[in-house]
Amino acid sequence: MYERQILICAGTGCISSGSLQVHEALRKELQKHQMEDKVRIILSGCHGFCEKGPIFIVYPEDIFYCEVQAEDIPELVEEYLVKGNVVERLLYKDPVTEDAVTSHQEIPFYSKQKRLALRNCGVIDPENIDEYIIRGGYQGLERALRMESLDIINMIKSSGLRGRGGAGFPTGMKWEFAYRNESDKKYVVCNADEGDPGAFMDRSVLEGDPHAVLEGIIIAGLAIGSDEAYLYVRAEYPLAIRRLRTAIAQAQEYGLIGENILGSGFGFKINIKEGAGAFVCGEETALLASIEGERGMPRPRPPFPAVKGLWGEPTCINNVETLANVSLIMRKGTDWYSAIGTEGSKGTKIFALTGKVNNTGLCEVPMGITLREIIFDIGGGIRDGKKFKAVQIGGPSGGCLPESHLDQPVDYDSLTSAGAMMGSGGMVVMDEDTCMVDLARYFLSFTQSESCGKCTPCREGTKRMLEILERITKGQGVAEDIPRLQKLALAVKDGSLCGLGQTAPNPVLTTLRYFQDEYEAHIFDRRCPAGQCQELLTYYIDPELCTGCRACTRVCPTGAITGEKKEPHVIDEEKCINCGSCAERCKFDAIKVK
Amino acid sequence: MISLTINGQNVEVEEGSTILEAADKLDIFIPTLCHDSRLAPVGACRMCLVEVERARALMAACSVPVMEGMVVHTDTERVHAARKENLQLLLANHPLDCLTCEKNGDCRLQDYCYLYGISESEYEGERKDYALDESNPFFIRDMNKCILCGLCVRVCHEINGAGAIDFTNRGFDTKVTPFFDDPLVESPCVFCGMCVDVCPVGALTPKQGIRQGRPWELQMVRTVCPFCGTGCGLELYVKDNKVVKVKGDPLSLASRGQTCVKGHFGIDFLHHPERLQKPLIRKNGELEEVSWEDALNLIASKLKRLRGEELAGFSSARATNEENYLFQKFLRTLGTNNIDHCARL
Ligand SMILES: Cc1cc2nc3c(=O)[nH]c(=O)nc-3n(C[C@H](O)[C@H](O)[C@H](O)COP(=O)(O)O)c2cc1C
Ligand code: SF4
Ligand code: SF4
Repeated sequence: MYERQILICAGTGCISSGSLQVHEALRKELQKHQMEDKVRIILSGCHGFCEKGPIFIVYPEDIFYCEVQAEDIPELVEEYLVKGNVVERLLYKDPVTEDAVTSHQEIPFYSKQKRLALRNCGVIDPENIDEYIIRGGYQGLERALRMESLDIINMIKSSGLRGRGGAGFPTGMKWEFAYRNESDKKYVVCNADEGDPGAFMDRSVLEGDPHAVLEGIIIAGLAIGSDEAYLYVRAEYPLAIRRLRTAIAQAQEYGLIGENILGSGFGFKINIKEGAGAFVCGEETALLASIEGERGMPRPRPPFPAVKGLWGEPTCINNVETLANVSLIMRKGTDWYSAIGTEGSKGTKIFALTGKVNNTGLCEVPMGITLREIIFDIGGGIRDGKKFKAVQIGGPSGGCLPESHLDQPVDYDSLTSAGAMMGSGGMVVMDEDTCMVDLARYFLSFTQSESCGKCTPCREGTKRMLEILERITKGQGVAEDIPRLQKLALAVKDGSLCGLGQTAPNPVLTTLRYFQDEYEAHIFDRRCPAGQCQELLTYYIDPELCTGCRACTRVCPTGAITGEKKEPHVIDEEKCINCGSCAERCKFDAIKVK
Repeated sequence: MISLTINGQNVEVEEGSTILEAADKLDIFIPTLCHDSRLAPVGACRMCLVEVERARALMAACSVPVMEGMVVHTDTERVHAARKENLQLLLANHPLDCLTCEKNGDCRLQDYCYLYGISESEYEGERKDYALDESNPFFIRDMNKCILCGLCVRVCHEINGAGAIDFTNRGFDTKVTPFFDDPLVESPCVFCGMCVDVCPVGALTPKQGIRQGRPWELQMVRTVCPFCGTGCGLELYVKDNKVVKVKGDPLSLASRGQTCVKGHFGIDFLHHPERLQKPLIRKNGELEEVSWEDALNLIASKLKRLRGEELAGFSSARATNEENYLFQKFLRTLGTNNIDHCARL
């Protein structure tokens, strides 16, 4: 009989901060204390709070230890497991009050979340199918096996589930199209390409709860009348791929994949295809081309994949998170699901919260929550007491929303009308030190280099937009640049073949819409209000703070700083090349920029 | 049949037709750079964008299938703006050396810029800067002029099957190259020259015609390739009674514009000084020019002296199937089965 259960996170984030070493140390330490049969260790999937990893939770008490290292283990075992004294220094501390929190339920990062797609992540051992089954796994499939295809489709339709891969297309409708296109062969494809930089929700689901996705895939196959699926996972996700392979093998052994599933007569096969990692390969038609062994370039739609997809056959493509929701909806029912969220957007969405917030990581929230709640409650507000400036939502081709939108509900339609999009759920928070022009330039440089090169507006247009933005951030902007950017952005949006080009201008359009004054400051005043664009900075020395120590004069490569010893120094603007070396060297914080 | 409206005119076309095909039926012009009816549509160049009522974005006429009741506009401000913007963008990355470009006068980029009154791009910035590939004797590849329409890639994959070239890199650096960007001679290219024929701009230039005449100075003569019995149609481009260059004839029913290296580039013999133009008979050890009548008489008299198996016939791939059939029939009538053909060698 085990007395305690310890969950050590073995998601990619915690593994890289040392959780496997923690596991090894714990194993040895338990042996030393002869406690191996009293404490059960589980390597779990991601808890989302990667910033505080490795995460280490002790049950049944539910004590949440974070940033645990192998060196901490002897103390943890001795003090807590043996003597029962909570090791305070390893508890989570509230960033504002600095109070220690013992249970993870009390941590604001978790308390506002609603973890549906992530229901098992961090809770079960993803390499053990029994743990999934104990928590209700494969009940949805069992139910679906007793239903007609159209009834399954209607159930998903009335749940209101919309695709989590970006476009938010109603999943039930997509299934119905694929169902109605008759063919001897049909495919289900699970899109696990996850190319948005900084997004890792799909990876976490695959690593932490692979069966939830497999179950969703099989249900989709049952609904549209398909007997084979491809799971397209980027090769940069080796752990996800390994766990998926393990999960498929276990499900096969249990008769949940393969011929005659649970004696129903329905057979289904799941293949894994490793993608070489191009952002555009997440676009559904490019993804299909890639599975077929072609270069990942989008194809014109129509025909849509539901009509003519993989190898010309009707194909239903869904995102990982979408499918993880499917298995839950089938188990818990439509009414339960559609009670969560808003009128047009049901359920929850996982966001990868990063940038200048106190708590970064993965959070799953009900649709309709406000941006303010995500950023200030879950995210714990802006780091270092700075001021919130904007939030980029929807990945590199999402939009950038200002403070006036903080109380906006997060759902598909509101985000789109504000010029942003749900996208795959990237959320980057910016503070007052972020330059909005530079931000647009940064995202565009990503989309430009990831453009597949097929169509003219995207390939050439994003390049010219990027060049204009580069010139503006270097102080070489001209008045016509703003209308020119606007014109180009609309042309690229309106004329591009696939979603990449059609959305790539969003960061430019939204920053122009909400922060045009910053563009103007760069162009007309040759000034970067956020003080980020190197070429536009003016360094000066605050005479009050300068002690005349001469440290700066020794590092300035152009000899721009002069002054007598122990007297305040001055910087010659003409000679200064804005390298910033002096500011880095000054011990008295006397060198400022404007 | 599907019925739709384009610019207010009604038209009926077969199900599965594209908007472009429907517009064609009404003689409504839609510019294209990446379209070729022999190849699967890709919708890459975005020159054929049209407005379809109730559609959110502009649609590529070359690839969108018609739908019952569709209402299409090809002549709106939004459509023209999109096309102009595309031309602006292509020009911003194109060497404007039309004065010496072989394609001048036969270039679709030039034609459309003329149509829309665009003489230079309003965008300045980086341009492609690639070395020429002159590695093969037949044509020059200048990827600085390439507009990445993909026609050459598709003709090479879909029609020839050689698959010698494809797109490499991404974004602005996208380029059509052989494997590893090696010179074309080191690739599986068979130099059929079909890519040269489909290229809408001056990126692929046949060496034979260089500085031999402007397109408008050349007279096009349609003919059948003399090299083998397939009977591919060729377009000969002639100036001052001299064939300057050759292209496949897209109207030929036998070949629909397809060629092989011989038909496309093997024209040196045409105007070669040593080319045999009249029959020759060796008399007293010297070859002498004679009439066709004398030559045929000589052959007939020699054939008459041979009996049955003493005679053998050797036929040529330059003859058609029908000619080859007649040839073997003729020899069998003369009593021999000793018949062979150069294609077996
Ligand atoms: C450039 C681009 C990248 C995309 N990347 C992804 C991705 O990484 N993962 C994903 O699920 N969908 C991605 N999509 C969306 C897919 O094309 C497709 O809409 C989605 O997989 C459909 O699944 P859903 O209906 O379940 O959302 C991308 C789309 C575009 C245009
Ligand atoms: S929009 Fe961009 S990524 Fe999409 S097909 Fe065109 S060039 Fe490729
Ligand atoms: S070389 Fe010519 S045919 Fe080939 S992609 Fe470039 S422009 Fe098109």
